[in-house]
Amino acid sequence: MALVTDTPQQQDGGRKVRGSASRNRARNGGPRIGSHIFLLILVIYFITPIWWLTVASTKDTAGLFGGSGGPLWFDNEFHFFSNLQGLFERQDGIYWRWLGNSFLYAISGGVGATILAVLAGYGFAKYNFRGRGAFFGILLGAVMVPLTALVIPTFVLLSSVGLVNTIWAVILPSLLSPFGVYLMRVFAQEAVPDELLDAARIDGAGEIRTFFQIALPLLRPAIVTVLLLSVVGTWNNFFLPLAVLSDPLLLPVTVGLNGWQALSNAGSGGEALWNLITTGAFISIIPLIIAFLSLQKYWQGGLSLGSLK
Amino acid sequence: MATTTAPTSSHRAEAPSQVKHRPDRNYRRKQRWGWLFVAPFALIFLTFLILPLVYAFRMSLFTSTLATGNRFVGGDNYIKAFSDPIFLQGLGTVAKFALIMIPAQMLVALVAALVLDNLTTWASKFSRLMIFIPYAVPVVIGALMWGFLYSPRFGPASSIFGIFGLAAPEFLAQDNIFGSLVNIVTWQWAGYYMIIIYAALRGIDPGIYEAAVLDGASDRQIALRIKVPMISSSLVMVVIFALIGTLQFFTEPQVLRGVAQGAIPTSYTPNMYAFSLAFSYSQFNYASAISFALGIVVFVFSFFFLFLTRKQSGLK
Repeated sequence: MALVTDTPQQQDGGRKVRGSASRNRARNGGPRIGSHIFLLILVIYFITPIWWLTVASTKDTAGLFGGSGGPLWFDNEFHFFSNLQGLFERQDGIYWRWLGNSFLYAISGGVGATILAVLAGYGFAKYNFRGRGAFFGILLGAVMVPLTALVIPTFVLLSSVGLVNTIWAVILPSLLSPFGVYLMRVFAQEAVPDELLDAARIDGAGEIRTFFQIALPLLRPAIVTVLLLSVVGTWNNFFLPLAVLSDPLLLPVTVGLNGWQALSNAGSGGEALWNLITTGAFISIIPLIIAFLSLQKYWQGGLSLGSLK
Repeated sequence: MATTTAPTSSHRAEAPSQVKHRPDRNYRRKQRWGWLFVAPFALIFLTFLILPLVYAFRMSLFTSTLATGNRFVGGDNYIKAFSDPIFLQGLGTVAKFALIMIPAQMLVALVAALVLDNLTTWASKFSRLMIFIPYAVPVVIGALMWGFLYSPRFGPASSIFGIFGLAAPEFLAQDNIFGSLVNIVTWQWAGYYMIIIYAALRGIDPGIYEAAVLDGASDRQIALRIKVPMISSSLVMVVIFALIGTLQFFTEPQVLRGVAQGAIPTSYTPNMYAFSLAFSYSQFNYASAISFALGIVVFVFSFFFLFLTRKQSGLK
């Protein structure tokens, strides 16, 4: 039944009921100052690094080492825009190329993985084809295969077909999302009633039209969740691009910034790019934070889907 | 309970409805559409999961030298791996991480979710989002940020500890690097786990608590005796996620290695070892054996854990 709560309206309905129940308890328990202090400490802990990064992105290298405001506050000088300019100048603005690559990989990998997961999840949930049980069993086992264990053989396989060091070496493996298929199946089983599909078929709709017009709209909450999860997964990916890409122009922003950090740490031989690293890191976390904040109502319910075993 | 039993019951409900359809030819033909829907995923699944696994296994049975070329050696690479002190030490390291890091993340996530579940203030909604935000930060960037924060040159540690008249610990020294890594991972993932647990808590019918309140149960009793048992399947799932992630530990130590000179060797975790074997020493066959061996260890541990918790997770 809980699956139903994943549609936004009903979730709100549920909240209201819960709200009154906990308010009743709040009356006996006082204003819960202790709980709020506990939360405040947690918030400070979780937000401090991001606050530090925000502040750091406004400093030049000298300011990072010993600015007037200390590490957690702004300096007298504001260098954010000159840092931005530095990002445009450094190696002809390669940073923006990396950011674009990250977008390309995350969106094509994420959207592709989601499309495959929706189709497969629906197929598993609503058709009783031969071999379904066996395939789904293997898929459940695959959820537990550590994806990093596949990186080295994938590298060797891709290099044998000449795909290493191309965008496909990152995008194609990112299409694999057994967990997404699993989530979709669990969701489709409950959210798409067989009666509705049968009614559409009796009205003469083919299987494909039934899928697009009846099933797809009902699957929307799960689609957003799987899309977010797979976009985040690809955006975060580090091991795979680190292994399969060597052309600096193809790197995603994560691998690129890590390279700058290694360069800056190399000591006297390397160049200190600290201000570019902090500003670049700050810019690179903004898109996903915005995506999560604006799509809250979808993922907050959707993330619990996986526990519905 | 509604959360955990819903799909199972729908599964059961599905079975009789299938009995109604007689397996006539038309029904069979319709069910074949299932394969068409599954086919695109099946193709990727075969190419990028089954094929690499089979290929890694095959590679791990060979050894390649300049003198003799590819030579079949059977299980030799595995015998070598499981008697390789570097690999075993890496396994020991990730096992130690699993034992400390997973309980730490679970504790933070569970307590935060239970506290948030009792509140409906805006402050609690705001806190929920802020605790979750690190999940949206790429792991590499998270590790980079903490690397800066730990650093005695950039970080605020010395001024914060200075307030209390203490000297800041050297977070990046060899003795402290373990705890520093535990902190990074907890920061990165506890919020995500908290959201999963919180969503499960929201799925419990509040009527259940009312009866307990009438019987005089305290908040703590309700939390420990009612809520935690009712969301056990979510907890099991979160632990499995954390376990799989921890055993493949790679990104954070790899990134932190740059700042923590000498504290993290290239073979700190099995994945790092496999990576450096493959890409620094071109020992692809042995690296495949290490990867495959690690995969087996992860698989066995996850299954073992699921077996131990089969009652709680309702998997049986």
